[in-house]
Amino acid sequence: MTQPPDAIQPVLTGLRDSFPEAIKEVGGHRGEVTVELDSGSLVEVATWLRDHPSARFRLLSDLSGTDYPERPDRLSVDYHLYSVDHNMRLRLKVRVGVDDPHVPSVTGVWSTANWHEREVYDFFGVRFDGHPNLVRILMPEDWEGHPQRRDYPLGGVDVQYRGAHVPSPDRRRYKGGWTST
Amino acid sequence: MSSGSGLEKLPSGILVTTVEKLANWARKGSLWPATFGLACCAIEMMATGAGRYDLSRFGMEVFRASPRQADLMIVAGRVSQKMGPVLRTIYDQMPEPKWVISMGVCATSGGMFNNYAIVQGVDQIVPVDMYVPGCPPRPEMLMDGIIKLHEKIIRGEPRTKLVLPAEPVSPQVPAPAATAAGSER
Repeated sequence: MTQPPDAIQPVLTGLRDSFPEAIKEVGGHRGEVTVELDSGSLVEVATWLRDHPSARFRLLSDLSGTDYPERPDRLSVDYHLYSVDHNMRLRLKVRVGVDDPHVPSVTGVWSTANWHEREVYDFFGVRFDGHPNLVRILMPEDWEGHPQRRDYPLGGVDVQYRGAHVPSPDRRRYKGGWTST
Repeated sequence: MSSGSGLEKLPSGILVTTVEKLANWARKGSLWPATFGLACCAIEMMATGAGRYDLSRFGMEVFRASPRQADLMIVAGRVSQKMGPVLRTIYDQMPEPKWVISMGVCATSGGMFNNYAIVQGVDQIVPVDMYVPGCPPRPEMLMDGIIKLHEKIIRGEPRTKLVLPAEPVSPQVPAPAATAAGSER
């Protein structure tokens, strides 16, 4: 499929009409449509895309991060949406700088974003404002650095083992993760 | 004993040494491994314990799921950074005396996984007595390592000690200012 589906045109028109300030750029590649957004209005746009009858993007099939080291706003967070009703896909892209990156959380729109946003926070250091439990998900919680950034060393990373110990299940904190000694 | 038997002329400590040798012989003959299969090496470890290679010929077919009942930990596979504290906890739960075999190159040195996710050598977390190379090592190689460990045990060699570095070395990455911001929310 090299052309975007016809059903996506009303969505893009509706997006431009409803959020003229938020849409920075609409791009496409081999039938995939990417909408670049301003991070401030992300939650409103996401809610509109989920609920509007012409869109109905009820499934957040992926949420990922990318590091573009040559750009001034290095980090980007990508939201891969799928509309089960209309059988079409859409990608949202939000770009933030690498110093103190903040993006509003979409866990209130799609609750599946919870762990995905934790992963992006873990690997890229993007902080999702409004996330209910923004802690590392894959790396140890006392890890320093964000290993998927492009300036992270590719090899030879030292072991950051500090003699941590695993508490019994009833002593593990839900929020903030394991306590380390 | 009578004074003419000559036993009292034996050097002191010889009885203790003999008991130690007997105990080492018994330990060597009945090592109970803890199952610590982490990756593809675990398949070879299971094959070693199964019928074709039959680890019970050396008195150690009883793989234990509980570290409290084990005295040998075979670290079979790559250890992720997050698994490191778990590995250490299980090692600490094993009763003395205990030994560790690092099975395969991943557990020994990180192997092909020279990245942030994998511990570059499990000997930075637990003391290792025997390294078995291979990717993964064949059951014969693991058995050879086990037999060499048996010889080491029966010789009564002191077990390897681990000294953790006082301060871990961090990668040179500019960490964001609010590293602990996640736990505050």
